Amino acid sequence: MASTIRVRASATGDTTEVQALIQHPMDSGYVKDAKGDLIPAHFIQQVTFECNGKSVFVADWGTAVSKDPYVKFSFKGGNKGDDLKISWVDNKGASDTTTAKIA
Amino acid sequence: MKLFSRSLALPLAAILLAATPALAASEADFKTAYAAADAANKEAGTLRDQWTTTASALKDAKKAADAGDFDKAVAEAKEAEALAKASVFQAKAEKEAWKAEVIR
Amino acid sequence: MRTAIQIVSAALALATLVLTGPAAKAANSVDPAADAKAFQKYFTTKFPKLKLSDFVNGPYSLNEDMHRQWVEKEEFPPYEFALDAGKEMFSKPFKNGKTYADCFADKGIGIRQNYPYFDEKEGKVITLELALNRCREANGEAPISYVKDDMAALTAYMAFTSRGKPFDIRIPSDPRALAAFENGKEYFYTRRGQLNFSCASCHVQNPGERIRAEILAPALGILNAMPIYRSEWGGMGTISRRFISCNSQTRGVPLDPQSDEYRDLEYYLSYVSNGLPISGPGARP
Repeated sequence: MASTIRVRASATGDTTEVQALIQHPMDSGYVKDAKGDLIPAHFIQQVTFECNGKSVFVADWGTAVSKDPYVKFSFKGGNKGDDLKISWVDNKGASDTTTAKIA
Repeated sequence: MKLFSRSLALPLAAILLAATPALAASEADFKTAYAAADAANKEAGTLRDQWTTTASALKDAKKAADAGDFDKAVAEAKEAEALAKASVFQAKAEKEAWKAEVIR
Repeated sequence: MRTAIQIVSAALALATLVLTGPAAKAANSVDPAADAKAFQKYFTTKFPKLKLSDFVNGPYSLNEDMHRQWVEKEEFPPYEFALDAGKEMFSKPFKNGKTYADCFADKGIGIRQNYPYFDEKEGKVITLELALNRCREANGEAPISYVKDDMAALTAYMAFTSRGKPFDIRIPSDPRALAAFENGKEYFYTRRGQLNFSCASCHVQNPGERIRAEILAPALGILNAMPIYRSEWGGMGTISRRFISCNSQTRGVPLDPQSDEYRDLEYYLSYVSNGLPISGPGARP
């Protein structure tokens, strides 16, 4: 099964820009399905970006984040060829992780 | 504007109908009112121009009738009929009116 | 009572929107080429700073702030998942061993710009979505919903393989094809629903203006980016989905997906955008 995380990271000078698109339903728990039953809350609780083993971006998410969340941020440090590891954990205990090289 | 004055006729009729003092309605009254609304809505269907508000008024009418509130049921059915007739009017008027809007 | 007021106020509101053109001369001859020319001229005159191909981005080309958002979105588009799913789905064989490629010219790659077309044997317009479900049924598979998910993913992939190719819709000199074109045109300009809007009310008379919080797209090129990932839907939607939701948004009961009216409408809208590039799949607010 393909990874739920797409990521692109590029370093210019001493700044690395990261973009990531994560596939996740991010159900808030307030929406009803066609039958009228509530779709249970199912959302990413924490997403972490690590560069060379060090956390550069950690986000605590909740029900206000929409489906298939997109993240974009920059951080200082990080060079071409460095490993960028992204992992997320959701409220059902599921998780996914992927590693990409900084371009 | 032509469109405006024509579309006033039916809403005014609906206002007058709603203002009529209500004697307690019977199930027979409901059945008659509903049949009229349904027939008008079906005609709108053949003209491919039914309104969602007509459908919900019909639904509300049925619901009120099922609950035994025939006054409300008849009122809803009459509103549905007014809406359905307006939609039929719209479809018929638009058969010619659309041509005036075409980009040339 | 309340509804009566609503009807009256809707009519009032629209009276201010309506451009009362001169009474139409009876158009006895159908001339699609002239229609397309006038259609394109109307929009290029209204938006002189835009190149013809800019129209395929809809509202994003009509507003500075939205254009910036579009540029950013294109770096990492939200339809990526659907596109990949579509590619996989397209190449996966049916239970009988055949694939979608067996139903289409050029194995279904780079052909989206030719749809819809008029099938002279059947005497009707065939859209891409319709063709896909017919392919499934011809190969013993159940048809899929026209409005989302799988159909969106498949058409996203097929559109992607045609990116950049200009719309190339043909109207054979068959009176039935001309009638279909004319029916589509009639549907487009006919007011419907309690809110009394036609497609033209928004997309011809008010492109670039707001309807509530949305900026309206121009009708020119409006199908080129389909299917779209719409933020409002939190997911993908097909041409069928958009026609249906536009109908219900004007409080008109939608027709069934791939009804004759919708097929003819797609035929008309695609033809008048001939020459504009396919940009699908797309993203919209």
